[in-house]
Amino acid sequence: MSKSILGLFQQPEPAADAMDGLKEAGFELGTFDVLTGTPYPEGAFGEHVPQHRLFRFPAFGAIIGFTLSVFLTAVTQLAYPLVTGGKPILSVFAMLIIMYEMTMLAGVIATVIGIVFESRLPNMQPGIYDTRITEGWIGVVITFDDESKVADAESVLNKAGALEIKHA
Amino acid sequence: MQQRRELDQVYTNRKLLNGQLDTPKWWLPTVSILGVVVLIGVFVIATMINKGLGVTGLARPVYWGLFITTFVFWVGISHAGIMISAILRLTQAEWRRPVTRAAELLTVFSLLTALVFPLIHAGRPWRIAYWIMPYDVARGIYPNIRSPLIMDPVAISTYLTGSTLFLYIALIPDLGNLRDRTTGWQNAMYTVLALGWRGNPRQWKMQTVGGILLSALMLPIFVSVHSIVSWDFAVASAVEGWHSTIFAPYFVIGAVHSGVSAVVTMMALMRWLWKWDDFIRPEHFDALARLLIVVATGWLAFTFLELTFALYGQDAPEIALREMQMFQWPWNMLFIIFFLTGYAIPVPMWLFKRVRTNIALMFWTSILVNVGMWLERFLIIVPGLARRTPFVYTWEAYRPSPVEWTIFIWSFAWVTFLMLLFSRFFPLVPLFEQKESQVFTDDVMIGRAKVPAIVREAE
Repeated sequence: MSKSILGLFQQPEPAADAMDGLKEAGFELGTFDVLTGTPYPEGAFGEHVPQHRLFRFPAFGAIIGFTLSVFLTAVTQLAYPLVTGGKPILSVFAMLIIMYEMTMLAGVIATVIGIVFESRLPNMQPGIYDTRITEGWIGVVITFDDESKVADAESVLNKAGALEIKHA
Repeated sequence: MQQRRELDQVYTNRKLLNGQLDTPKWWLPTVSILGVVVLIGVFVIATMINKGLGVTGLARPVYWGLFITTFVFWVGISHAGIMISAILRLTQAEWRRPVTRAAELLTVFSLLTALVFPLIHAGRPWRIAYWIMPYDVARGIYPNIRSPLIMDPVAISTYLTGSTLFLYIALIPDLGNLRDRTTGWQNAMYTVLALGWRGNPRQWKMQTVGGILLSALMLPIFVSVHSIVSWDFAVASAVEGWHSTIFAPYFVIGAVHSGVSAVVTMMALMRWLWKWDDFIRPEHFDALARLLIVVATGWLAFTFLELTFALYGQDAPEIALREMQMFQWPWNMLFIIFFLTGYAIPVPMWLFKRVRTNIALMFWTSILVNVGMWLERFLIIVPGLARRTPFVYTWEAYRPSPVEWTIFIWSFAWVTFLMLLFSRFFPLVPLFEQKESQVFTDDVMIGRAKVPAIVREAE
């Protein structure tokens, strides 16, 4: 069972100092993170910049949506050919409209799935946290497999000026 | 952003969550009254379905009347959300922050309301499944995808689904905030809805990138929806006044005009009711009014183009229709009110900064616009059907019945009811956006003037 500690800061500068200190103390990237109640400019805390594949999701969704729309507009009509008003069975202009909407719909749904997935949500056991983070406090959270490093991490957080340290 | 104030996050939480954490005194009586109106409306709708469309004023040759007018009106209002939210997000307009959620919400609830009208207008709503849902060919029928009446539900469902998901994704950080401020069953509800949100850099990055990506995807849908609604009319080649080639862009810009005006109405109400003077400031109304001047003038140009195209062809039935719309009683009275309220009164007023920053005047002028825009839809739909044409024995027979007017009033009560219900559980202004604004803003000295400056991330 891994152990976590959370250092709480009221200002971004000491939180950034704590992040720098953790890197200097040899903590691996990915074992510590910063929690904020509002987005800060990327790299404001010297944090690891997360990589993502979000842009693949809408493209993948759009392909699925387009395929389904071809099936709905063309294949089903060819399967059950009902002539209406003497018009052709496959009326491309009308089909394009439905294809467009279904392609976009699947693209949007896939993007939303992508956002949730890439945010690593849902996460029903989010770990150590403090409600003051959504009041403007900044949390620096460190996760350990090796409990012998807890003291080192506490020392870094205290040195940077953590106002409180929580354990879990 | 000259009116910006330094606000700490505790204050921002307290003020913007006042609807969820301390229910305002006016909330329950207002929701109760609206609830009664909604129930009356539902009873009238049920009665109409039971008795049939004979209780309405719809009769040969006017089968599209108040219901379809109100349907187009609410679809138009729904265009506010994505227009405001997506365009302002993509352009990183700083003044978007207090506006976006209210606009997105208006989209979702007005679309839900719009959908009711074609359903009840069909007389036997359950039979709609036969012509929309491709589920059964045993009866020898199948949805005719060549018809705009199929394209329409497909487009509106796409828009409604996309807008709802867009709204939810942008709500997640604020749900995390509410989870942190509540106890008991409310805490349990927000914990589930927040999906375990913590606010780490990965999650914030996904909010930013995902928001922009969704905006970019929603914009083309938004344009397509009202274009397709316009084709409900524009492909009806037998009705003068409907079969216009510029209907798609004309409807879209009209929708933006009415939708953005509805956002102004809503913003004024939010500022007054929840006392959000620090967050919804005169500068936001100023920016929205400037946008409205451009949109309204573009819309006016389309109105004149539509008229010009109609008359240029020297087609006698078209000319007769325009004459009827503009010079014959009672249509001429409606036309004058439409023109005055849709453009001639509000837009010249908005040219003055004193008006743009006066919230009461902005509130009333935005309502005027929507009176005008509703009349515009009525004047497009009804006169074309009501006009006397050769070899017919009935014309101009349409008088909306009390049933139709009751359902019309119900639609406004229903949207307001849903909005207030939402406001009881979820914040109407995105808190994290407000807080981000504080993080990304600083005062800089230029000479002896202290000026608020917005910081942007370099790509």
